[in-house]
Amino acid sequence: MTIQEETGIGITTDQRELLRLATAGSVDDGKSTLIGRLLLDTKLLLSDQLEAISGRGGAPDLAAITDGLRAEREQGITIDVAYRYFATPRRTFILADTPGHERYTRNMFTGTSTADLVIVLIDARSGVLVQTRRHAQIAALLRVRHVVVAVNKMDLVGFSHERFEQVTGEARELGKALGLPDMSVVPISALDGDNVVDRSARTPWYEGGSLLDILETVDVSADRDLERSHLRLPIQWVARPHADERRVYTGQLAAGSLNAGDEVVVAPSGMKATIASVDTLDPDRVGAVPPMSVGVTLTTDIDVGRGDVLVAPENQPPAAREIDATICWMAESSLAPGRRYALKHTTRTVRATVQEIIDRWDPETLEVFTQPTHLGLNDIGRVSLRTSSPVLADPYRQNSVTGAFILIDEYTNETVGAGIIRHAREVKPPLEKRRDITWHPSALDREDRWAALHQAGATVWLTGLPASGKSTIAVALERQLLAHGRAAYLIDGDNVRHGLSDDLGFSPGDRAEHARRVGHVARLFADAGVVAVVSLVSPFRSDREIPRKLHEAAGLPFIEVHVDTSIEECARRDPKGLYARARAGEMKGFTGVDSPYEPPVNPEIHVPTTSIDVIDAVQLISAALERVTLQE
Amino acid sequence: MVPNDNSTLAPTAALSQLRVLEAEAVHIMREVVAELERPVLLFSGGKDSIVLLRLAEKAFGVGGITSLPFPVLHVDTGHNFPEVIEFRDRRIAEAGHELIVASVQESIDSGRVREDDPTASRNKLQTRTLLDALEAGRFDAAFGGGRRDEERARAKERVFSFRDEFGQWEPRAQRAEPWAVYNGRIRRGEHIRVFPISNWTELDVWSYIELEQLELPSIYFAHERQLLRRDGMLLAVSEVMAPHYGETIETLMVRYRTVGDLTVTGAVASSATDVASVIEEVKSSEFSERGETRADDRTSEAAMEDRKREGYF
Repeated sequence: MTIQEETGIGITTDQRELLRLATAGSVDDGKSTLIGRLLLDTKLLLSDQLEAISGRGGAPDLAAITDGLRAEREQGITIDVAYRYFATPRRTFILADTPGHERYTRNMFTGTSTADLVIVLIDARSGVLVQTRRHAQIAALLRVRHVVVAVNKMDLVGFSHERFEQVTGEARELGKALGLPDMSVVPISALDGDNVVDRSARTPWYEGGSLLDILETVDVSADRDLERSHLRLPIQWVARPHADERRVYTGQLAAGSLNAGDEVVVAPSGMKATIASVDTLDPDRVGAVPPMSVGVTLTTDIDVGRGDVLVAPENQPPAAREIDATICWMAESSLAPGRRYALKHTTRTVRATVQEIIDRWDPETLEVFTQPTHLGLNDIGRVSLRTSSPVLADPYRQNSVTGAFILIDEYTNETVGAGIIRHAREVKPPLEKRRDITWHPSALDREDRWAALHQAGATVWLTGLPASGKSTIAVALERQLLAHGRAAYLIDGDNVRHGLSDDLGFSPGDRAEHARRVGHVARLFADAGVVAVVSLVSPFRSDREIPRKLHEAAGLPFIEVHVDTSIEECARRDPKGLYARARAGEMKGFTGVDSPYEPPVNPEIHVPTTSIDVIDAVQLISAALERVTLQE
Repeated sequence: MVPNDNSTLAPTAALSQLRVLEAEAVHIMREVVAELERPVLLFSGGKDSIVLLRLAEKAFGVGGITSLPFPVLHVDTGHNFPEVIEFRDRRIAEAGHELIVASVQESIDSGRVREDDPTASRNKLQTRTLLDALEAGRFDAAFGGGRRDEERARAKERVFSFRDEFGQWEPRAQRAEPWAVYNGRIRRGEHIRVFPISNWTELDVWSYIELEQLELPSIYFAHERQLLRRDGMLLAVSEVMAPHYGETIETLMVRYRTVGDLTVTGAVASSATDVASVIEEVKSSEFSERGETRADDRTSEAAMEDRKREGYF
């Protein structure tokens, strides 16, 4: 299919459809020869490249085209994925050329991960081998939609129809067992070119098209998910223009279509919004389809940040904390239960801990071992993971973008694994209580502990912009409480980040998790009878709601104090020089500069610092503490 | 856009290879800006970097913003085509971007690099200048216009290509890049080179230039020039390129397929005076872009791999 695009001034730019494909195999299978043949016969291999690969006797050594690195040429093997480009009048092709050997399974996995179609090569003399199965299994795991089995070296079996039918039978059986959806089988000789580009006269019994015919005509129109209700737009980057312009939320559409006027939901917050405009980069196109990179505005500016996902209201992903996945392990150091990694899923990165390894697929023998102790380099296995913050995950079978992730070693920064999500679960403690962990009641009542201390516990939660004066007030409050003989403890948000929250950053998701953890710690202190004085920016209302609800549920007093200082005043004070750095662009996600602060609507205490000084603020809070603790 | 011979494909679903490649490149650039602190865009005034700059303007020029969230860096070898420098200055100034020029001549003058022969190519020398400029600007990501169809070592390079604190590339220790999930994590002092148009071919670049009606330096179109033939290439006569004994100066109609160091960038005979006729010539060309016009890549089988290891573009 040729797409002719008419542009404004009457130029007709030749544009075609793009197909991504992958092959796997070693030199022995004739994989490189096949690719060389495709490039040569589509005249994509140019004179100088042909000269560089001239083999013995002047005939081109077709296999040598594809091995790009010095080590590969020296050893005559393919190690890494190489990308090749060719085109016909109907389509342009990106071909990922990957090694077939089990020692490079990770590279085969990587090359196949982006493919619309894979070519599985079979030597006509030997039929389906372990390597064929390995490649077909990986294609099935990655849910590649189209498979072409190329039965190669037909010249060496005398173009035997009978032999071709035998191999076809084996291949179809394998395809059926693996659930490969669309399979064609074509008899070829890569060396001589039979049925590669043109139909061969030497296979009169074969009625299908040549390999290139198949590549050109395979119907991929149903591969992209355009169903509006499947919308997934992971937000990548938010443009914040001038005050009178709407924010632009950008990202690459993973599923569904998107048009102005569409109702969407922001996951995970659940806020509803309406799309005001869609920028598709293409001035002639108003609506977006996958895989377009878009910029959208909403009719109302709400808090949406990197890592959030715009979804259709009728089909929302779970905010998962438990993920069952199949992982291809890519590092020398092995994966084992208890290990922690950074998990990058679309535009959101969280921490993940390995809970359990369910099985391990050996890439060499294709055997499956259950309950292995670890996954080694090139192993593929099913694991369950627990994440530090929610992941907006879909099963890979529904969406290969929102169903995939990588694991990163946080010490070496290497990409150590690639994961395919099988199942993702929300973890709601009240609903899914773990049977093996129960709340252990103390032998003592709260009243007993509080009586021994001669005081009641409570939490004072100071929120405000950075440098608004929270810590100053918190320190003075702690000092005064101690001076009056009360047990108090200052829980400073920054200090908690040195320990309990050292795995968290400053994304909205991580801030929410940080607030949740600090809330739990404060609750334990208050329960013990201590006045917990929390000093935490906690910029989002929703994040402060979590500790408040925790305290309410536990019957503990919670006093929210809004330390209200204007952004200009905070930036002027700036004791740590943070505003200056944030405004210079050296720090990202800084509250008040490029990340919003949502002031409390109805705090227990409001402290405008320009009219109330530290001493008065401490008095106000102390008085409030007296009132609530007396009621206990 | 009208799909003309496939009625099963709904018109709204049809996407050309150029729009798919554009979406991929914009996704890559936005990912870098979201995850890294100080990116920079390498701009030579050549067609690939012109496409790259246009993609950056589309990726970040949203909601009435016109500025880029990063500066533009040109490594100036001093062996330039004057038309390209004129174009560079005008193009960047018109758009209002911040331009940083890192000069190989200054690196030579300050003793950072040694030049044995002032008429020889400065391709190898510019690696030091580039690394110094990245360090001076504390840049942690550099967008480049490299394409995988250019050369065999590039065919295996990642989109996010990690460089150690010495700016070196280790082809055997590249990070796996499954799907389009990119790992941009680095330590202090390290940086990544990012190649948003990795998957574009020379023809895609030209077709995109036509589609987006991008302006190019005049040397990309057929013009009369004084040249000499050396090692099978047509090299422009200039201050740094005089004929050797026995070589004669010819005046021919030529255009350039790439923009590089004047002393090693060859011209091709051409009558193409506009983008459409260049595209016709590219389609029928028998030689690859680098093989025809870059003497620096012809020295050895692994010439590019070796230069890349040292920190080259």
